[in-house]
Amino acid sequence: MEINIQKRVLEANDSEADINRKFFKGQNVFVLNMMSSPGSGKTELLCKTLGRLMPDVSVGVIVGDICTTNDADRLEVTGAKVTQINTDQFGGDCHLAAPLIIASAKKLGCDDLDLLIVENIGNLVCPAEFDIGEDAKTVVLSVTEGEDKPLKYPLMFRVADAAILNKIDLLPFLDFDAELVVDNMKKVHPHLPVFEISAKTEQGLEPWLEWLKVKVFEKTGR
Amino acid sequence: MHEMGIAQQLVEIALCAIPDDIENPKVEKLNLKIGKLASVVEHSLTFCLEIITKDTPLENARLAIDVVPVIVHCKSCDNEWEVKDSVFKCPFCEDGDVEMLTGREIEITSLELAE
Repeated sequence: MEINIQKRVLEANDSEADINRKFFKGQNVFVLNMMSSPGSGKTELLCKTLGRLMPDVSVGVIVGDICTTNDADRLEVTGAKVTQINTDQFGGDCHLAAPLIIASAKKLGCDDLDLLIVENIGNLVCPAEFDIGEDAKTVVLSVTEGEDKPLKYPLMFRVADAAILNKIDLLPFLDFDAELVVDNMKKVHPHLPVFEISAKTEQGLEPWLEWLKVKVFEKTGR
Repeated sequence: MHEMGIAQQLVEIALCAIPDDIENPKVEKLNLKIGKLASVVEHSLTFCLEIITKDTPLENARLAIDVVPVIVHCKSCDNEWEVKDSVFKCPFCEDGDVEMLTGREIEITSLELAE
Protein backbone atom coordinates (compact mmCIF):
# COMPACT_ATOMS: atom_id res chain seq x y z
CA MET A 1 0.00 0.00 0.00
CA GLU A 2 1.38 3.36 -1.02
CA ILE A 3 0.75 6.36 1.23
CA ASN A 4 1.01 9.73 -0.45
CA ILE A 5 2.90 12.34 1.63
CA GLN A 6 4.38 15.20 -0.51
CA LYS A 7 6.17 17.08 2.27
CA ARG A 8 9.32 19.15 2.35
CA VAL A 9 11.77 17.61 4.79
CA LEU A 10 13.06 21.00 5.99
CA GLU A 11 9.52 22.25 6.59
CA ALA A 12 10.03 22.23 10.37
CA ASN A 13 13.15 24.39 10.07
CA ASP A 14 11.44 26.72 7.60
CA SER A 15 8.46 27.20 9.97
CA GLU A 16 10.87 28.11 12.77
CA ALA A 17 12.64 30.49 10.38
CA ASP A 18 9.31 32.23 9.72
CA ILE A 19 8.80 32.62 13.48
CA ASN A 20 12.30 34.15 13.72
CA ARG A 21 11.52 36.50 10.83
CA LYS A 22 8.38 37.77 12.58
CA PHE A 23 10.31 38.23 15.83
CA PHE A 24 13.09 40.21 14.09
CA LYS A 25 10.50 42.33 12.28
CA GLY A 26 8.87 43.12 15.62
CA GLN A 27 12.27 44.10 17.02
CA ASN A 28 13.00 46.18 13.88
CA VAL A 29 16.45 44.67 13.51
CA PHE A 30 18.17 43.70 10.25
CA VAL A 31 19.61 40.19 10.36
CA LEU A 32 22.62 39.16 8.29
CA ASN A 33 23.64 35.51 7.94
CA MET A 34 27.38 35.47 7.27
CA MET A 35 28.72 32.22 5.85
CA SER A 36 32.09 31.00 4.58
CA SER A 37 34.52 28.13 4.61
CA PRO A 38 36.70 27.76 7.73
CA GLY A 39 39.62 30.18 7.84
CA SER A 40 38.33 32.73 5.31
CA GLY A 41 38.85 35.57 7.78
CA LYS A 42 35.21 36.02 8.72
CA THR A 43 35.89 36.97 12.33
CA GLU A 44 38.61 39.48 11.41
CA LEU A 45 36.27 40.98 8.81
CA LEU A 46 33.54 41.24 11.45
CA CYS A 47 35.90 42.87 13.97
CA LYS A 48 36.80 45.54 11.39
CA THR A 49 33.20 45.92 10.23
CA LEU A 50 31.93 46.38 13.79
CA GLY A 51 34.76 48.79 14.57
CA ARG A 52 33.70 51.01 11.68
CA LEU A 53 29.90 50.71 12.07
CA MET A 54 29.60 51.31 15.78
CA PRO A 55 28.46 53.36 17.59
CA ASP A 56 26.38 54.86 14.72
CA VAL A 57 24.91 51.44 14.03
CA SER A 58 24.10 49.31 17.07
CA VAL A 59 25.29 45.76 16.30
CA GLY A 60 24.94 42.39 18.00
CA VAL A 61 26.56 39.13 16.93
CA ILE A 62 25.57 35.49 17.32
CA VAL A 63 28.67 33.37 16.73
CA GLY A 64 28.36 29.75 15.69
CA ASP A 65 31.14 27.23 16.12
CA ILE A 66 31.30 23.56 16.85
CA CYS A 67 33.65 24.18 19.78
CA THR A 68 35.41 27.06 21.63
CA THR A 69 34.42 30.65 22.36
CA ASN A 70 37.51 32.05 20.61
CA ASP A 71 35.60 34.04 17.99
CA ALA A 72 33.15 35.49 20.53
CA ASP A 73 36.07 36.53 22.74
CA ARG A 74 37.68 38.36 19.79
CA LEU A 75 34.43 40.10 18.85
CA GLU A 76 33.54 41.19 22.39
CA VAL A 77 36.56 43.50 22.36
CA THR A 78 34.77 45.66 19.77
CA GLY A 79 32.08 46.54 22.33
CA ALA A 80 29.32 44.76 20.41
CA LYS A 81 26.91 42.47 22.23
CA VAL A 82 28.06 38.94 21.46
CA THR A 83 26.72 35.49 22.23
CA GLN A 84 28.17 32.12 21.25
CA ILE A 85 26.43 28.97 20.07
CA ASN A 86 28.50 25.79 20.27
CA THR A 87 26.91 22.93 18.36
CA ASP A 88 28.98 20.17 20.00
CA GLN A 89 26.07 19.71 22.45
CA PHE A 90 23.79 19.09 19.43
CA GLY A 91 26.05 16.42 17.93
CA GLY A 92 28.54 18.85 16.37
CA ASP A 93 26.14 20.19 13.76
CA CYS A 94 27.90 21.81 10.81
CA HIS A 95 25.38 24.65 10.45
CA LEU A 96 23.08 26.81 12.57
CA ALA A 97 19.44 25.82 12.24
CA ALA A 98 16.54 28.21 12.80
CA PRO A 99 15.46 26.98 16.29
CA LEU A 100 18.89 27.77 17.74
CA ILE A 101 18.84 31.36 16.55
CA ILE A 102 15.79 32.74 18.33
CA ALA A 103 16.90 31.56 21.77
CA SER A 104 20.29 33.23 21.28
CA ALA A 105 18.71 36.41 19.91
CA LYS A 106 16.45 36.66 22.97
CA LYS A 107 19.38 35.99 25.28
CA LEU A 108 21.35 38.74 23.52
CA GLY A 109 18.41 41.18 23.54
CA CYS A 110 17.58 42.76 20.17
CA ASP A 111 15.37 45.71 21.14
CA ASP A 112 18.31 48.16 21.10
CA LEU A 113 19.97 46.70 17.96
CA ASP A 114 19.89 47.93 14.36
CA LEU A 115 21.86 45.00 13.01
CA LEU A 116 22.22 41.41 14.17
CA ILE A 117 24.96 39.43 12.45
CA VAL A 118 24.95 35.65 12.64
CA GLU A 119 28.45 34.34 12.05
CA ASN A 120 27.57 30.88 10.83
CA ILE A 121 29.76 27.80 11.19
CA GLY A 122 32.63 27.68 8.70
CA ASN A 123 31.30 25.42 5.93
CA LEU A 124 30.41 26.12 2.30
CA VAL A 125 27.82 23.33 2.07
CA CYS A 126 25.29 22.91 4.88
CA PRO A 127 24.58 26.49 6.08
CA ALA A 128 23.37 27.38 2.57
CA GLU A 129 20.51 24.91 2.96
CA PHE A 130 19.07 26.26 6.24
CA ASP A 131 16.89 29.37 6.42
CA ILE A 132 17.34 31.04 9.82
CA GLY A 133 14.90 33.91 9.24
CA GLU A 134 17.60 36.31 8.08
CA ASP A 135 17.11 39.35 5.83
CA ALA A 136 20.27 38.74 3.78
CA LYS A 137 22.98 36.15 3.34
CA THR A 138 26.62 36.84 2.55
CA VAL A 139 29.42 34.47 1.70
CA VAL A 140 33.08 35.17 2.41
CA LEU A 141 35.77 33.50 0.32
CA SER A 142 39.47 34.22 0.69
CA VAL A 143 42.18 34.32 -1.96
CA THR A 144 43.95 31.33 -0.39
CA GLU A 145 41.11 28.98 -1.29
CA GLY A 146 40.99 28.38 -5.06
CA GLU A 147 39.25 30.12 -7.94
CA ASP A 148 36.81 27.28 -8.68
CA LYS A 149 35.12 27.22 -5.26
CA PRO A 150 31.97 29.03 -6.50
CA LEU A 151 31.50 26.33 -9.16
CA LYS A 152 32.14 23.55 -6.65
CA TYR A 153 29.70 24.96 -4.08
CA PRO A 154 27.09 26.59 -6.31
CA LEU A 155 24.20 26.62 -3.84
CA MET A 156 26.14 28.79 -1.40
CA PHE A 157 26.91 31.41 -4.06
CA ARG A 158 23.44 31.10 -5.56
CA VAL A 159 21.63 31.87 -2.28
CA ALA A 160 24.01 34.67 -1.25
CA ASP A 161 22.90 38.30 -1.59
CA ALA A 162 26.51 39.51 -1.59
CA ALA A 163 29.97 37.93 -1.69
CA ILE A 164 33.24 39.09 -0.17
CA LEU A 165 36.61 38.13 -1.55
CA ASN A 166 38.87 38.53 1.47
CA LYS A 167 42.64 38.69 2.11
CA ILE A 168 43.37 40.57 -1.13
CA ASP A 169 46.52 41.97 0.53
CA LEU A 170 48.00 38.50 -0.09
CA LEU A 171 47.46 38.60 -3.87
CA PRO A 172 51.03 39.71 -4.75
CA PHE A 173 52.37 36.59 -3.02
CA LEU A 174 49.96 34.04 -4.49
CA ASP A 175 49.32 32.33 -7.78
CA PHE A 176 45.63 33.29 -7.56
CA ASP A 177 43.52 34.85 -10.31
CA ALA A 178 41.10 37.27 -8.58
CA GLU A 179 39.36 38.09 -11.87
CA LEU A 180 38.67 34.41 -12.50
CA VAL A 181 37.13 33.79 -9.07
CA VAL A 182 34.83 36.81 -9.49
CA ASP A 183 33.88 35.51 -12.98
CA ASN A 184 33.05 32.14 -11.43
CA MET A 185 30.89 33.78 -8.75
CA LYS A 186 29.04 35.65 -11.51
CA LYS A 187 28.54 32.45 -13.52
CA VAL A 188 26.62 31.00 -10.57
CA HIS A 189 24.92 34.28 -9.62
CA PRO A 190 25.25 36.88 -12.39
CA HIS A 191 23.95 39.88 -10.42
CA LEU A 192 25.83 39.07 -7.19
CA PRO A 193 27.53 42.13 -5.67
CA VAL A 194 31.17 41.18 -4.94
CA PHE A 195 33.38 43.17 -2.56
CA GLU A 196 37.15 42.68 -2.77
CA ILE A 197 38.52 43.34 0.69
CA SER A 198 41.49 42.95 2.95
CA ALA A 199 40.07 42.82 6.46
CA LYS A 200 43.64 43.08 7.73
CA THR A 201 44.54 46.36 5.97
CA GLU A 202 40.90 47.52 5.59
CA GLN A 203 41.47 47.98 1.84
CA GLY A 204 38.12 47.87 0.03
CA LEU A 205 36.10 47.91 3.26
CA GLU A 206 34.11 51.07 2.49
CA PRO A 207 31.83 49.75 -0.34
CA TRP A 208 30.96 46.73 1.82
CA LEU A 209 30.06 48.95 4.79
CA GLU A 210 27.93 51.15 2.52
CA TRP A 211 26.07 48.12 1.14
CA LEU A 212 25.38 46.91 4.68
CA LYS A 213 24.30 50.34 5.96
CA VAL A 214 21.85 50.74 3.06
CA LYS A 215 20.37 47.29 3.80
CA VAL A 216 19.95 48.14 7.50
CA PHE A 217 18.37 51.49 6.64
CA GLU A 218 15.98 49.93 4.11
CA LYS A 219 14.55 47.67 6.80
CA THR A 220 14.79 49.68 10.00
CA GLY A 221 14.59 53.26 8.71
CA ARG A 222 17.68 54.01 10.80
CA MET B 1 27.29 16.60 6.84
CA HIS B 2 23.76 17.55 7.84
CA GLU B 3 22.25 14.30 6.56
CA MET B 4 21.58 13.11 10.12
CA GLY B 5 19.27 16.09 10.71
CA ILE B 6 17.53 15.43 7.41
CA ALA B 7 17.22 11.72 8.22
CA GLN B 8 15.64 12.56 11.60
CA GLN B 9 13.09 14.86 9.96
CA LEU B 10 12.35 12.23 7.31
CA VAL B 11 11.67 9.58 9.93
CA GLU B 12 9.42 11.91 11.90
CA ILE B 13 7.35 12.79 8.81
CA ALA B 14 7.17 9.16 7.66
CA LEU B 15 6.10 7.82 11.07
CA CYS B 16 3.34 10.45 11.33
CA ALA B 17 2.06 9.45 7.88
CA ILE B 18 1.46 5.79 8.80
CA PRO B 19 -2.26 5.32 9.64
CA ASP B 20 -2.86 4.47 13.31
CA ASP B 21 -5.14 1.55 12.48
CA ILE B 22 -2.44 -0.52 10.82
CA GLU B 23 -1.07 -3.20 13.11
CA ASN B 24 2.70 -3.74 13.09
CA PRO B 25 3.30 -1.59 10.02
CA LYS B 26 6.42 -2.24 8.00
CA VAL B 27 7.67 0.34 5.52
CA GLU B 28 9.28 -1.26 2.48
CA LYS B 29 10.18 1.84 0.55
CA LEU B 30 10.55 5.59 1.04
CA ASN B 31 10.16 7.67 -2.10
CA LEU B 32 12.08 10.95 -2.10
CA LYS B 33 12.70 13.84 -4.45
CA ILE B 34 16.15 15.41 -4.12
CA GLY B 35 17.21 18.37 -6.24
CA LYS B 36 20.62 18.26 -7.88
CA LEU B 37 21.58 21.48 -6.13
CA ALA B 38 20.44 20.28 -2.70
CA SER B 39 23.33 19.45 -0.46
CA VAL B 40 22.38 15.85 0.22
CA VAL B 41 24.65 12.87 -0.27
CA GLU B 42 22.61 9.70 -0.88
CA HIS B 43 25.16 7.38 0.69
CA SER B 44 25.32 9.48 3.88
CA LEU B 45 21.55 9.74 4.08
CA THR B 46 21.16 5.95 3.70
CA PHE B 47 23.78 5.39 6.39
CA CYS B 48 22.06 7.80 8.83
CA LEU B 49 18.65 6.24 8.18
CA GLU B 50 20.01 2.76 8.82
CA ILE B 51 21.17 3.88 12.27
CA ILE B 52 18.09 5.76 13.42
CA THR B 53 15.37 3.48 12.03
CA LYS B 54 16.46 0.40 13.98
CA ASP B 55 13.48 -1.15 15.82
CA THR B 56 11.01 1.18 14.07
CA PRO B 57 8.50 0.45 11.24
CA LEU B 58 11.09 2.01 8.90
CA GLU B 59 13.85 -0.47 9.64
CA ASN B 60 15.33 -1.82 6.37
CA ALA B 61 13.10 0.44 4.25
CA ARG B 62 14.61 1.09 0.82
CA LEU B 63 15.26 4.63 -0.32
CA ALA B 64 14.12 5.46 -3.84
CA ILE B 65 15.45 8.86 -4.84
CA ASP B 66 14.11 10.77 -7.81
CA VAL B 67 16.90 13.24 -8.67
CA VAL B 68 15.42 16.54 -9.87
CA PRO B 69 17.42 18.54 -12.43
CA VAL B 70 18.17 22.23 -11.93
CA ILE B 71 15.70 24.06 -14.18
CA VAL B 72 15.80 27.83 -14.34
CA HIS B 73 13.71 30.53 -15.98
CA CYS B 74 15.13 33.73 -17.46
CA LYS B 75 13.01 36.69 -16.42
CA SER B 76 14.34 38.75 -19.34
CA CYS B 77 13.70 36.46 -22.34
CA ASP B 78 11.30 33.97 -20.71
CA ASN B 79 13.36 30.92 -21.73
CA GLU B 80 13.77 27.86 -19.52
CA TRP B 81 16.70 25.47 -19.50
CA GLU B 82 18.57 22.92 -17.42
CA VAL B 83 21.62 24.25 -15.64
CA LYS B 84 24.72 22.12 -15.88
CA ASP B 85 28.22 22.92 -14.64
CA SER B 86 26.86 25.55 -12.18
CA VAL B 87 26.43 28.22 -14.89
CA PHE B 88 23.23 30.22 -14.36
CA LYS B 89 23.73 32.92 -16.97
CA CYS B 90 21.05 32.74 -19.67
CA PRO B 91 22.46 30.99 -22.77
CA PHE B 92 19.82 32.70 -24.97
CA CYS B 93 20.03 36.38 -24.01
CA GLU B 94 23.10 36.28 -21.71
CA ASP B 95 21.18 38.09 -18.97
CA GLY B 96 21.58 36.95 -15.41
CA ASP B 97 18.17 37.68 -13.94
CA VAL B 98 17.09 34.08 -13.54
CA GLU B 99 14.91 32.22 -11.06
CA MET B 100 15.27 28.60 -10.07
CA LEU B 101 12.19 26.51 -10.80
CA THR B 102 13.49 23.15 -9.60
CA GLY B 103 16.68 21.64 -8.22
CA ARG B 104 16.58 22.46 -4.50
CA GLU B 105 13.96 19.88 -3.46
CA ILE B 106 14.41 17.74 -0.36
CA GLU B 107 10.98 16.11 -0.23
CA ILE B 108 9.34 12.91 0.84
CA THR B 109 6.71 12.05 -1.75
CA SER B 110 5.32 8.76 -0.44
CA LEU B 111 6.03 5.59 1.46
CA GLU B 112 5.13 2.01 0.60
CA LEU B 113 3.89 -0.36 3.29
CA ALA B 114 4.20 -4.16 3.19
CA GLU B 115 0.82 -5.82 2.61
